[in-house]
Amino acid sequence: MLEPGIEEKTFVLNLGPQHPSTHGVLRILLEMDGEYIAKADPVIGYGHRGHEHMAENRNYLQFLPNMGRVDYLHALAYNQCWCMAVEKLLGITVPERAEFIRVITNELNRITSHLLWFGAYLMDLGAFTPFLYCFDDREHILDLLDRVTGSRLTYCYYRFGGVPSDIDREFIDGCFAFIDRFRSRWKDYDNLVTKNVIFINRTKGVGIITPEMALKYGITGPNLRGSGIPYDIRKSEPYSAYPLFNFEIPIGENGDIFDRYVVRLAEMEQSLRIVEQALVKLPNGPIMAEKVPKRIKPPAGEVYQAVETARGEFGIYIVSQGEVKPYRVKLRVPSFATLSFFPEMAKDNLVADAVANLGSIDVVIPEIDR
Amino acid sequence: MEQLTQFSATELARMIAGLIGVIALVSVNALFLIWMERKVAAHMQLRPGPMEVGPHGAIQTIADAVKLLGKELITPEEVDRPIYLLAPIVVFLPVLLCFLVVPFSQSLIIRDMNVGIVLILAFSTLTVLAILMGGWASNNKYAVFGAFRSVAQNIAYEIPLLLTVMSIILMVGSFRLTDIVAAQSRYWYIFVQPLAFILYIICATAETNRTPFDLPEAESELVAGFHTEYSGMRFALFFLAEYTNMFIVSAVGAVLFLGGWRGPILPGIFWFLIKVYALIFLIMWFRWTFPRVRFDQLITFAWKILIPLAFANLLITALVLKL
Amino acid sequence: MLIDYLPVLIYMLIAVGLVGVIVLLSELLGKKRHTPAKDMPYECGMDPIGDARHRYTVRFYVIAMFFVVFDIEAIFLYPWAVIFKSLGWFGFVEMLVFIGILVVGLVYVWGKGALEWE
Repeated sequence: MLEPGIEEKTFVLNLGPQHPSTHGVLRILLEMDGEYIAKADPVIGYGHRGHEHMAENRNYLQFLPNMGRVDYLHALAYNQCWCMAVEKLLGITVPERAEFIRVITNELNRITSHLLWFGAYLMDLGAFTPFLYCFDDREHILDLLDRVTGSRLTYCYYRFGGVPSDIDREFIDGCFAFIDRFRSRWKDYDNLVTKNVIFINRTKGVGIITPEMALKYGITGPNLRGSGIPYDIRKSEPYSAYPLFNFEIPIGENGDIFDRYVVRLAEMEQSLRIVEQALVKLPNGPIMAEKVPKRIKPPAGEVYQAVETARGEFGIYIVSQGEVKPYRVKLRVPSFATLSFFPEMAKDNLVADAVANLGSIDVVIPEIDR
Repeated sequence: MEQLTQFSATELARMIAGLIGVIALVSVNALFLIWMERKVAAHMQLRPGPMEVGPHGAIQTIADAVKLLGKELITPEEVDRPIYLLAPIVVFLPVLLCFLVVPFSQSLIIRDMNVGIVLILAFSTLTVLAILMGGWASNNKYAVFGAFRSVAQNIAYEIPLLLTVMSIILMVGSFRLTDIVAAQSRYWYIFVQPLAFILYIICATAETNRTPFDLPEAESELVAGFHTEYSGMRFALFFLAEYTNMFIVSAVGAVLFLGGWRGPILPGIFWFLIKVYALIFLIMWFRWTFPRVRFDQLITFAWKILIPLAFANLLITALVLKL
Repeated sequence: MLIDYLPVLIYMLIAVGLVGVIVLLSELLGKKRHTPAKDMPYECGMDPIGDARHRYTVRFYVIAMFFVVFDIEAIFLYPWAVIFKSLGWFGFVEMLVFIGILVVGLVYVWGKGALEWE
């Protein structure tokens, strides 16, 4: 009980939904104790579209374009996951060339996602210029992907059994040109950001996710690897053509923002390596499986398929009862687990750190809201 | 009394002429600086910047200014009306007053006062008051946050600024800005006081709330900081004050360290403006390169690094002068 | 003496008038249309919870107190700086003591941890 005349110590500050650094429509109720956060309470659901319910009311093919809208930044991975899950149900094997094309486009898409995070995150920290540098690089990939997939953001390129259109010489040359160009840019990024004292002071030792906490909350992706746990679905449950390529899983040591940043940068380099190898080894052959039924009506059964997206483990669980529509679809999204850790990270920190933390875990709000 | 009448006739005319000149300069300067900032930023970011209105977008800012003038002035309901309305005026006033003593060239100065530099330091501090008034009166959490931060930041960087300027005063022995320029007839002070120059630029950047020290208006945390609730012309006055402040700190920097209007061939005013805009360019360069520091880092940086360094610089200067 | 500053005062008054006129003009020129949402303080599109004038960290007071102390001491040094050249060694040593006390103060608050923002 407070004495009369003395107010309560804390007050509530709304961060979002209309706020420059919530990256979409996320609202966070911050209970503030002066400049420090006593309690952070994320309020989600502003972008809820009911993807899971939509899936129950559409046939398998009709739901395919929805996947690009769940996470608009790494749409192809989500696309691929749906295709692979349905292929598993139908028992279709995808031709090798199609798998290669899927890997190439998917990894390019992963780079765009990490680049956008990089730029937007630096903007959260108040540096505007890296943002446009990243968008300049990202633009090159978007042009390349535009060429094969026909869209620039919410891709819907993969089909059950393969890919609908083949890649051409120009795309392959463009990819090599991009790889060279992008590798020459590391120096700029290092000078502008990685070696910047202010950046290091803002990120080192801030927003630490301990390995135990990460496992407890089910955090995956670069956020988990930043804490030093080398878990990557591309390695641990290999799918598509990934086992055929050499790549490493970059990990951090301390689990702070700086480590997550370094991990993401290193992942872009690994993606470049995968793309390079895939382009060199690209086999000839069909790009579409032969016996894909016109009318997709998988037998009754259940299937779970997970892929590694730019944000972590994304899984689809489908229950089929032998109808043209799935009986139930559950999407396991990585950002949800990551965001649920955010209150722990924000507690007893400054607002500035909360913004830095929120940016560093790279959540995509439509994915959480679904 | 006689003195008073005699004075008023000529002086008043000079004052009015000066003020008109200053207002013209402030507006033209702000228009130019905003255009310059957009162009500098754009070219650092691999893009062309404004190109549509006028050649290379030169009159884009005028279009923006006209738009701002016609904008609706929103006064939210729960503000402290008198303070809220007064703040934009208070923020602009010290800026105009500082121009009183800025020597654009040997003779182009409104009033060459013997307290010159002290007057500028004193008046430029008033800006903090206006920011506090505006932030507090807005009755908005973000604005209040921004205002507090701004005050803490400005007062923390005021002290190293004072100490740094003092080391120059030691060498000159006068507060008069024209004397300071005259003392640099042989060499510029930037060459004998490099540390003081660096300290001055850091403090000046912090005092004008520019990145990396733009915490009062850190948009990723505080939306727009202390001027969140200001719109239209009232916002424009805050904005104008910020840009004009940048001009003033650069002008003082040019006077203290770069020899003011001194330079070969060209008339003094050109040299002065070249030096001022070079310093402004430097401050803009910071903004488009660095991320923002965190608030606690900002305060401890001032107290633990800048102030001891400024003290050391002052003592070394005094010692060297005595020897 | 003070009459020297009369022009400053006149200049100030004219400047106040001028800025006032600018604000007044735009107040008269622009149209006004009130809606409840527009008149509300901005808080990211939500209805504000509680008053904006909350209690804030005591740190700000501490910083303000240091400022008053150090700023006034710095201002005391200014007259000394102007006549420094004619003061001789005595003036130098005297100010050395003064600055020394200031630095001791700074070291003291530093050691006390008052400069940490925790």
